[in-house]
Amino acid sequence: MAVLALKTSDIDGLSPQQQADAIGKIASEQCRTSFETLFNHFGPRIKAQMIKTGADQALSEDFVQEVMLRVFRKAHLYRPEMGAVSTWIYRIARNARIDQLRSRSSAPFEDIDGMDFVSEDADGEANAIASERAMRTETAIQTLPDDQRQIIVMAFVEDRSQSEIASALDLPLGTVKSRMRLAYGKLRTVLEDLR
Amino acid sequence: MKPVHHLDDATLIRYAAGDLDPAFATIVASHLAVCDHCREQARNAEAIGGSLLESQTPVTLASDAFARLSKRLDEQPEAQIRTETPPIETSPSVPAPLARLIGHDLDAVPWRTVAPGVKRHMIMEQDGKSLYMLNIGPGKAVPEHGHGGSEMTLILRGAYRDGMGLFKQGDIADLDEHVEHQPVVEPGETCICLVATEAPTRFKGFFSRMLQPLIGI
Repeated sequence: MAVLALKTSDIDGLSPQQQADAIGKIASEQCRTSFETLFNHFGPRIKAQMIKTGADQALSEDFVQEVMLRVFRKAHLYRPEMGAVSTWIYRIARNARIDQLRSRSSAPFEDIDGMDFVSEDADGEANAIASERAMRTETAIQTLPDDQRQIIVMAFVEDRSQSEIASALDLPLGTVKSRMRLAYGKLRTVLEDLR
Repeated sequence: MKPVHHLDDATLIRYAAGDLDPAFATIVASHLAVCDHCREQARNAEAIGGSLLESQTPVTLASDAFARLSKRLDEQPEAQIRTETPPIETSPSVPAPLARLIGHDLDAVPWRTVAPGVKRHMIMEQDGKSLYMLNIGPGKAVPEHGHGGSEMTLILRGAYRDGMGLFKQGDIADLDEHVEHQPVVEPGETCICLVATEAPTRFKGFFSRMLQPLIGI
C-alpha cells in the first residue's frame, strides 16, 4: 500500500500525513524508499524557489542536495509540535540558505528550532493539529489581498530583504512593514484557537 | 517566564523569512528563547514559508538527482550520520543564542565604562549594525534618543521604565526609527540589557550630542 501511495505521489504530491509517515520511516529505519518519495516531492519545489531567488540550475540543484541531505540526517529530530513537515523542511532550507548564500551562521535559528513545545498531545493528535495548521495557513495566504500576498511571497520565496522589497515596489519601508503586519494579523486570527 | 513586551509582527515575518542580519537575528532569537508566546508566533510565521514551499509548481530536477544523493549516502558514511543537537543550555539572563557569543556568565562580561554609571560591552559591528550590552546603574537615565534605524533592547537583568511602561527580564523593546524614548533604570538593581541597533543612535539635545561620540551608544 505504501508503494501505491508513492506512485500517485509523483503526480499529485504527498499529503501532509504521507509526508509525516515518510519522515517517521526515515527516522526509525533510515528508509531509502521513503526518502526518495520525500525527495521527489520537495526537491522540485525547493528548486523552484531557488530559481525564483535568481539562482541558476547548477546552484539550485546543489542546494536541493544539501537541504535534502540535512533532512535525511535530521529526520529523527522532527516533532509534529514544530509544525507540518513542509514547515520543518522550509526551516531547514532557510537555515541552509543563511549558512551558504549569505556566509552567515544560522546558529541563532538552530537554537530556537531545537526548542520543543511542551506538549502532552499524543503523536496522532499532534499530527492532526500540524495538518490543520498547514491547511489554515494555506487558506489564509490564498485569501490575502494581492498587495499583502505579493510582499509575503517576495520575503519568503524570493528571499528579498525588507528594504529590497521597498525599493523594488517603490514603497516606503513603513508601508512594507505595515503590510507584513496586516498579513501576519490575518494568519494569527485563523490560527488562534489551534493550540 | 512570561514577558509582557513582545516582538513586532513585521519582525516575526523577517525572522521567519531569514531576513535578519546576525546582530538582529541574535537578539530576536534570544527573546524567542525566553518567550513561549513569541516562539509560537514565530512558528506560525514559519508556517507561511512551509505553505508557500508546498504550493510551488515543481521544477524538474536533473534525472540523476536522487541517484547522486543516494550515492553520496552510500559512499560517504559520514553523510548518513544523524545530526545530534546538544542539549541547549539557556537561561533568562543569558539565552542560548547570546551564550554562544559571550559564554554563560553575565558577571564575567568585560565591561568598559563609557559614562558615569554606564558600562558597555561591544559584541559585534557589521554593515552599520551593532550588537552590544549595556550595564546601567540603579536609577540612572539613559539619555533621551531617537533612532537612526530600528533598535531592539532585551532586558537580561534588572528593569527599566520608559514611556511604554516597565521592561523586566525577558521583555524586548522592538522599536522602529520613529520612536523616541528615555529609559530610566528602576531603583535598587543594575539593569543589564542586550541592544541591537541598525544605525548610530542620535541623541537629542546639545549636551547629549556632545556626549555621543564619547560613549558611542
